[in-house]
Amino acid sequence: MDMSYSPEEQAFREEVREFLHTEVPAEMRDKIRLGKELTKDEQENYHAILNAKGWLAPNWPAEFGGAEWNAVQRHIFEEEAAMANAPRIVPFGLSMLAPVLQKFGSKEQQDYWLPRILNGDDWWCQGYSEPGAGSDLASLKTTAVLNDAGTHYVVNGQKTWTTLGQHANMIFCLVRTNKEVKQQEGISFLLIDMNTPGVEVRPIILLDGTHEVNEVWFTDVEVPVENLVGEQDKGWTYAKYLLTHERTNIAGVGFSQAGLAAVKRVAKAENTNGKPLMQNPHFAARVAQVEMDLMAMSTTNLRIISKAAAGEAPGVEASMLKIKGTVIRQEINDLARRAVGPYAMPFASEGLEGANDQIPDPHEMGPVAGDYFNNRKLSIFGGSNEIQRGIIAKVKLAPGA
Amino acid sequence: MNFDLTEERQMLQDSLRRYLRDKYDTAVRNKILESDSGMSAEIWAELAELGVIGALFTEEQGGFGGAGFDIAVVFEELGRAGVVEPFLDSALMGGRILAACGKDDMVEEVIAGALHLAVAHGEPDSRYDLNHVRTAADGTKLNGRKAVVMNAEAADHLIVSARMSGQAADTDGIALFLVAKDAPGLTIQGYPLLAGGRAAEVILEDVEGTLLTEDGYKVIADVTALATVAQCAEALGAMETATHLTKDYLMTRKQFGRPIGTFQALAFRMADLLVEMEQARSAVINAAGFFDTAKRDLNISGAKNLMGRAGRLVAEEAIQLHGGIAMTQEYELAHIAKRIVMADHRFGDTDYHLERFIELSAA
Repeated sequence: MDMSYSPEEQAFREEVREFLHTEVPAEMRDKIRLGKELTKDEQENYHAILNAKGWLAPNWPAEFGGAEWNAVQRHIFEEEAAMANAPRIVPFGLSMLAPVLQKFGSKEQQDYWLPRILNGDDWWCQGYSEPGAGSDLASLKTTAVLNDAGTHYVVNGQKTWTTLGQHANMIFCLVRTNKEVKQQEGISFLLIDMNTPGVEVRPIILLDGTHEVNEVWFTDVEVPVENLVGEQDKGWTYAKYLLTHERTNIAGVGFSQAGLAAVKRVAKAENTNGKPLMQNPHFAARVAQVEMDLMAMSTTNLRIISKAAAGEAPGVEASMLKIKGTVIRQEINDLARRAVGPYAMPFASEGLEGANDQIPDPHEMGPVAGDYFNNRKLSIFGGSNEIQRGIIAKVKLAPGA
Repeated sequence: MNFDLTEERQMLQDSLRRYLRDKYDTAVRNKILESDSGMSAEIWAELAELGVIGALFTEEQGGFGGAGFDIAVVFEELGRAGVVEPFLDSALMGGRILAACGKDDMVEEVIAGALHLAVAHGEPDSRYDLNHVRTAADGTKLNGRKAVVMNAEAADHLIVSARMSGQAADTDGIALFLVAKDAPGLTIQGYPLLAGGRAAEVILEDVEGTLLTEDGYKVIADVTALATVAQCAEALGAMETATHLTKDYLMTRKQFGRPIGTFQALAFRMADLLVEMEQARSAVINAAGFFDTAKRDLNISGAKNLMGRAGRLVAEEAIQLHGGIAMTQEYELAHIAKRIVMADHRFGDTDYHLERFIELSAA
């Protein structure tokens, strides 16, 4: 048992910290700190800064131009990025699609798409969920039918919850290519150019007024057969592979640490009944409890990471981390809104017109109540926490488990 | 013992529920939310005509109600429909302060729906402490800053608390003044609120006010007690809507070939919410029913703390049991959940009332 970072890992942490503070523009980090949305240009700029350093694709093998960091290095980067208020890397091309192409794509697909992802030539989004297929993803109904000439698939249907689809020019989709077989065996994985006639993106405004997700509609959209990944009807296998990648950094330890530090900062400055809020035993107890949980969860996270660094695939532990990690983050969001008291109520959504009013924010916390509501999504998306409990129970209660 | 509403209150509840069901659906309200003023003058006038404001005042004050249960009935219905018009701040708080200060002619106008008020009491560093007033009164000349003042831009008059003597946290020495909206030296910096409506930071620089009372702390404490009952009832109504929407959704949304409410993991959580709803209703009954007794504050703090806990549970679970759909602006639950959770940020939050309850129950 050795819980310390090696000298090399510590040096790496220093390097990352230095890089984030010198290379990432302060205005960008201020925006993140104050809960403001980045523009598409800013996000692409951040990717370009990382790419110039060779750090944009930490999880890719070197042969594809990746940094090939191990799990501990990736964890260090995520932790430092959160503390520095660096933006998130948009994951759809880099950490969702790319691993699938690297494992299941053709040589031509790898040679064409992967460099474009690194260079920022394409903005990818994910076409999985449908209005009728959420937790029950395999029941998806969007169809792709091969034309008579065998040159194109014709796609019809609707995807939803498409994150940042308004910025995207490409979408990877799960589509139904066979209705005669078991649900999971009739699904294919298609790459679709969103500029093709028949593709329409409609915004969904979330409860905090943000536009981060969309509906994507397909009407007789022609997709060249070259854009099928792997084999037809084998898409479910690839999707499951992708979902294991979607769950990296699922614990969000860095976000929680940064959030908790902000809560403590406010609670020391804010007075209630003549003394700092941090000395109110009820509030202090809640802060302490979530901090204890976070300390333990952070170690759980490292235990799983070091296993992964040794080459073991994460299994049911990823589901456990997702549940605990999201519950802790949401609790910190709750503490943050309580900490600022009546000043949690003022709110102007950036997405709406007439949002020029000066919103008082004495503690420079950004829209804490908006964040509280927005982060209710954490326990819903990427396989809801109920689905994760089902996975844990299925594995751990299986005969002989 | 009889927990039924009186015939008059039942009629008021029925007519109010019917009106809001017909006239105040999600689309109508979302339009109001997006408007510059953040409220509808038409809805305000029609509800005043229905007697919504009159029910908040006693007969001596010119109304036809005014007791804890009258207020609870009105605000439960407003909460059920997610009404954003400032009945709580303008009519109830403003009107009852004026009534307590003997301004009968103005109260009459309030009841008619013709006079808008704002109560400018909280300050940037007062949080939920009612005794914390730094704004200074030099005679009738006022200087200071007030925080998150509800309805300030639309108000014809502001009721401003200011200190005539003593230190920032003393209960003595606080007076209330009436300030006209166009008074020189008055600056109102308005902004929208997450759960609808508008508020403002109010800056007073040598503003001339008219003295309402020198016993300001007592008047503010009494009207805040009344407003807390109203806020609890409003949250209860919103929680009713949240649980109804969730129940319906669980039995209509299908995944894995069956309604998701048939999965025990979800059904049991729905059952837990319904248990908490009964607790919440009883807490509001306690707060309203003991209003005119020595147990007023104990019951109010008990209710506000319980509503804070149950409200958070109901709002969060209602969203989680729905899934993604509840995260969207255009779905009714989104607004309702915001009303429920933001209620915790008014008149003292869950922790504040826990501390107050401990103090009162130990006394």
